[in-house]
Amino acid sequence: MVNQQAEKKKADTKAQDEAKAAAAKAKAEADANKLAEEKAKYGWPAKEKSSLVGKRVARLDGLPKSTGTAKYTYDINLKNQLIAKGLGCPHAHCKIKSIDTTAAAKLPGVVFIEVLKPADPPIDPKKPDEVPPKKDWEIEWQGEILAVVAAESEAAAAEGVAAIKVEYEKLPVFVQEDNLAAAKAAGRTFPGGNKTQTEKIAGDDDDVDEFSAKELARLFKEAAHVVEGYYGVDPITHCCLEPHGSTVEWVDGKLVAHLSTQNVSGTDEGFAAGLQITSDDVTVHCDYIGGGFGSKFAPDYWAISAARISKATGRPVKFMLDRDQEFKLGGNRPSGYLKVKLGADKDGVVTVWDSEHWGSGGATPSGVSQGVVPYVFAPKNFRRVATNIKNNAAPNRAWRAPNHPQACAMTQTAYDDLAAKMGADSYDIFLKNLGTDEKPLVAGAKPSVYAGEMEVGAKLMDWKAKWHPHGKGPAKGSVVEGLGMAIHTWGGNANSSTILLKVYPDGGVETFCGTQDLGTGTRTSCAMVLGETFGLPIEAIKINIGSSKYPASGPSGGSTTIGSVCESHRRAGVDALLKIADLVAAKLGVEAATLKAVGGKIVGTGGKSVSWKEACSLIGMKPLEVMADYKSGTPSPLSNRTVGGVQMAHVAVDRETGIVRMKKFVAVQDMGLVVSPTQAESQIYGSVIMGIAYALFESRIQDPASGAVLNAEMKDYRLPRLGDIGEIVINLYEPESERSRGVIGLGEPPVISPGGAISNAVANALGVRVPVLPLTPDRVLAALAKSKKVG
Amino acid sequence: MDRTHHRPPSGFSRRDFLRGSGAVAAAGAIVSQTQAIAQEAKGTRILSGEQTLALSVNGKDVKVKAEPRTTLLEVLRYQLDLTGAKPVSGDASSGASTVMIDGKPVSASVELAVRCVGKKIETVESLAKDAVPAAFVACDAQQCGFCTPGFVVATRAFLNKNPKATEEEVRKGLNGNICRCGTYANVIHAALMVVKGGANG
Amino acid sequence: MKSFAYASPTTEGEALSLLAEPGEIEILAGGTDLVGLMKKMIITPDLVVNILDIPSLKTIEQLDNGAIAIGAAVTLDEVLAHPYLDPYPAIGQAIEGISSMQLQCQGTIGGEVLQRPQCWYFRGGRGLLAAGGSAVEDGDSRYHAIFGNDGAAKFVSASRIAPALIALNATARVIGPVATGGSPVGLNGEDASERFFPIEQLFRIPRHEGERESVLARGEFLTHIILPDRRNFASATYEVRQGAGPDFPLAAAAASLRIEGGIVREGEIVLGQVAPTPWISRAAVAALIGQPVNEQTAEAAGLAAVTAARPLSHNAYKVQLAKTAVKRAILRAAGQETGGF
Repeated sequence: MVNQQAEKKKADTKAQDEAKAAAAKAKAEADANKLAEEKAKYGWPAKEKSSLVGKRVARLDGLPKSTGTAKYTYDINLKNQLIAKGLGCPHAHCKIKSIDTTAAAKLPGVVFIEVLKPADPPIDPKKPDEVPPKKDWEIEWQGEILAVVAAESEAAAAEGVAAIKVEYEKLPVFVQEDNLAAAKAAGRTFPGGNKTQTEKIAGDDDDVDEFSAKELARLFKEAAHVVEGYYGVDPITHCCLEPHGSTVEWVDGKLVAHLSTQNVSGTDEGFAAGLQITSDDVTVHCDYIGGGFGSKFAPDYWAISAARISKATGRPVKFMLDRDQEFKLGGNRPSGYLKVKLGADKDGVVTVWDSEHWGSGGATPSGVSQGVVPYVFAPKNFRRVATNIKNNAAPNRAWRAPNHPQACAMTQTAYDDLAAKMGADSYDIFLKNLGTDEKPLVAGAKPSVYAGEMEVGAKLMDWKAKWHPHGKGPAKGSVVEGLGMAIHTWGGNANSSTILLKVYPDGGVETFCGTQDLGTGTRTSCAMVLGETFGLPIEAIKINIGSSKYPASGPSGGSTTIGSVCESHRRAGVDALLKIADLVAAKLGVEAATLKAVGGKIVGTGGKSVSWKEACSLIGMKPLEVMADYKSGTPSPLSNRTVGGVQMAHVAVDRETGIVRMKKFVAVQDMGLVVSPTQAESQIYGSVIMGIAYALFESRIQDPASGAVLNAEMKDYRLPRLGDIGEIVINLYEPESERSRGVIGLGEPPVISPGGAISNAVANALGVRVPVLPLTPDRVLAALAKSKKVG
Repeated sequence: MDRTHHRPPSGFSRRDFLRGSGAVAAAGAIVSQTQAIAQEAKGTRILSGEQTLALSVNGKDVKVKAEPRTTLLEVLRYQLDLTGAKPVSGDASSGASTVMIDGKPVSASVELAVRCVGKKIETVESLAKDAVPAAFVACDAQQCGFCTPGFVVATRAFLNKNPKATEEEVRKGLNGNICRCGTYANVIHAALMVVKGGANG
Repeated sequence: MKSFAYASPTTEGEALSLLAEPGEIEILAGGTDLVGLMKKMIITPDLVVNILDIPSLKTIEQLDNGAIAIGAAVTLDEVLAHPYLDPYPAIGQAIEGISSMQLQCQGTIGGEVLQRPQCWYFRGGRGLLAAGGSAVEDGDSRYHAIFGNDGAAKFVSASRIAPALIALNATARVIGPVATGGSPVGLNGEDASERFFPIEQLFRIPRHEGERESVLARGEFLTHIILPDRRNFASATYEVRQGAGPDFPLAAAAASLRIEGGIVREGEIVLGQVAPTPWISRAAVAALIGQPVNEQTAEAAGLAAVTAARPLSHNAYKVQLAKTAVKRAILRAAGQETGGF
């Protein structure tokens, strides 16, 4: 009986599974069919047939930008506007005991002062006699704005700020984020997650932790090579050249906000929520943004304050952060420090990884995710533990490819040290640790993509000819050279995007889309896509972006924009063209399906054609309006996700001064289908140069005693200049296998590897690891001195 | 102490100073001149509060209002709607506010407007038809573009002085400007394109 | 910026009169340093006196004795380009190191020499001595002094040209009221005097917040820098600069050497960015006198220069950099390869 029941249950389960499988299969087939249909309708033209997509064009807004007529938020000056400035808290951790604005208010030119004291807890209407205890006004990072002064000029506002008197009670500060023991002692640590995985699975009776520990110990014992290392990356700031800020005014009771934002379609809600109005009463504009690397997604409390002051004074208000405030408040990238022990087999394939890492994203505890350690490489056995530290610094903001650059520089350095220990070529060790497409040892892109890119990169770098084992290169005077590489991956799938496309009876074409161009070339790419679709030059397409009143498009973050706008613009364009084709077909007496839009004409079979203008005249009196939208996550033939990239650095190091110079840098990058190669290259140049910045120059430096940000001015926050970049060679990796996947975002991936690649190149040059980025002269000299003592 | 002033007093005298070829004329003249106007000197005009200044900007004579503390950058941006020059750093380290004064590239963020009377001020807006911005467009030497106007003026000034600049000279010569997006590689290409005859050359 | 009054004299005498006005007064030359400090309200003068309209301060003249008088208001790009300065490469190399055309065109030599320290505690509003030195001692001293730091002053002298000027035995011409101790010159009626003194005496290590890092008294100002005829000396500046931009060097040295028959006969070696003043190293010169210049002797001189260094908690690396700067300045002065970048 029991058996029968069990049999029946088994049979039922089997039937259910089969049904499920069949349903899944049917769905997959349906999806595939739908994809095929969509591909036939909307799909990109083959590379050789493209007229614009994949071709080199000058960006549409190039001239306004380079002749100074492009208006950024900072450049919007409204009639009768006030200039606002904020009083930043000078202490990194304190209580505000009192704030006195009397003297400031009396200064000539000062018009309005708003103190940003958090609201006291409300009195319960049912218990009107009970006044809840007031909360302390506690500040946890330097620079936090305590009060805003609006005045007739910048100078008057600054003078007003300086005249505000504040009484502080200083509290203990902690900023030693690289020091895990100190953080623990100070009670500043929080679990950041952990994961252990072994190839052998613990039995039912085993204690999992104990089993894993034993298993890891066994694997280390069996490993042919064991490497132990310490690596890290200091915190950096966004340092947008246009600081965060806005110029706001109220027009007929509605807020018009010019905001330096990466999120035109999403910040109206932020204003509305902050001002207790509804989003229909808010318009956000941003035609041009001076730097957006992940820190400009919200209006921020200072723009809300500007809006309140504008309402109170009845005058437009401009409030841009001062440079030092931009450094202190504008966002930072969490630091990361990692201790690791890894084991590898005799070929250098890593079999076991055991790491602990920590770091800080500021006063809101966060750090580098445990999920990206080790980076790209995914050994079969690992244990990883992350600890987040609460630091007295402003909370971090997503900085290009969050988590990835730090993880790359903290872990692929360990793989390189394995090569060093084995006396092997780093290239070979990286290659062996990719695995195969069938049995991958990496996350993200396919091993064959990384391998293909490595091959291209090695040729461009002349790797094999230039390579020498770590520390074994020839010296010229005190200068030695070295090579290093790193690999990376990123998702970059399309965000949601909606557009309104208008084709006018006179041939004019115009689009409205609430996206934004961070300087990535979004405007230009949109025009290329429609130009390609309509057979028109890009100048014939008027692209309207940068307003929250346009159809919504996603925020530009995480490399999601190019895919999203390509989806919406291509779909709208094709839909419009099909309608026009029907009209033209009737006129020419040909099949609509045979019509093609090329070279400013709609061309049919047998040489029949009409000009674009003529075709549009068939639309009638009113313009043809087409809406198209794309919802993020929908499978599409137009866009895709997940890319791989490989970068190689060639550096020279002066052993007497510890100075590192870039000689050459090679970046090979997959991004699926390349829409605009010129702007794609610019983004990669930029990523590499930002990478050189955090690898060699920049870090946020806090005073260990007071927590003050010591280098919150451009002259103190060291960044590379034009003379520091060496030769940069870019390869847009676009074999048909990748191109056919569709468009994938590019903003993040190439900024990931420079830290690891440059650190590895320096290690190759010196034969010594300089553990923590940036690799400044003091650190290079310290590492050399240490190795001499040990050696 | 190692830094003891081991040198004897310079032994240098007013006589030596005035015995210079040109300096005789220069310093000597100054001496007599100052003596002559000693009384007047005590009455040198001290400006305070808002002034009306006559400036020459991009070939036009304009009148602006400025206090002594008002920077040229504030005047350009808030009164003349010339917002090409950008405020990036309070000091002179970013180059974003570069304009030309009497043909030389300077940071408008640290120049007082009151000091610019009688000088020829040229901003990026005056370069609308110049080969430099054209080359910046052709070489895509810009991303967000916030630093670009400063870079364009700096490049113009650099090439005026070094019209045949080599790549090495460009890499050495344009380090007064900061770009956060990292357009340097294409700025180098653009500068060299101008040397070779420009975007249409 | 706090409101201030402004005056722009056209003669040295007028300038002196203005400097006698009451209140806090700052002299404005190029403005590349002062305006930024005023914006941050680290310096809040009542009166700003512009010296760029004084013609005598804007010339480079050769004097009869072969000396060259450089007006304090001459811009750095003009100094760099002037043929009179060709025999003194140490100066040109220091100016080239500033690396920003804008700073070179806007900044003046007087302003460069008298620019305020870069110390981030000073610029962060903690005072020139950074809370009596304690802010530096308890804080981050990576860019601070390794010499002359036993008092409260831990900052480093910022000037990048002063070491070269000192190495070349330059003289400062300073004018001021008679009370400041110069020789009366009849400028401004009777109350004017001028002083000529070795330019290194312009600098001092302040002992309390009331003192600045220059010796100039109230009412005085630097009008000229006079270089004696040192055409028989070879000179060079070597700055340890991490990048190609105008960021301040981590250490620097200037050397001027009289080399005859392949042997160093006399010279001056001055370090920059290592002490609250430019730092003259007798020891480095002593190690070099009577020797030929080569890798070994230059290294020995570098070592001699830093033997007495006393680094703070974060800047021991600067000892190595200072040593290297001295070595390379010597090699470069002698026209030899520095062995580094």
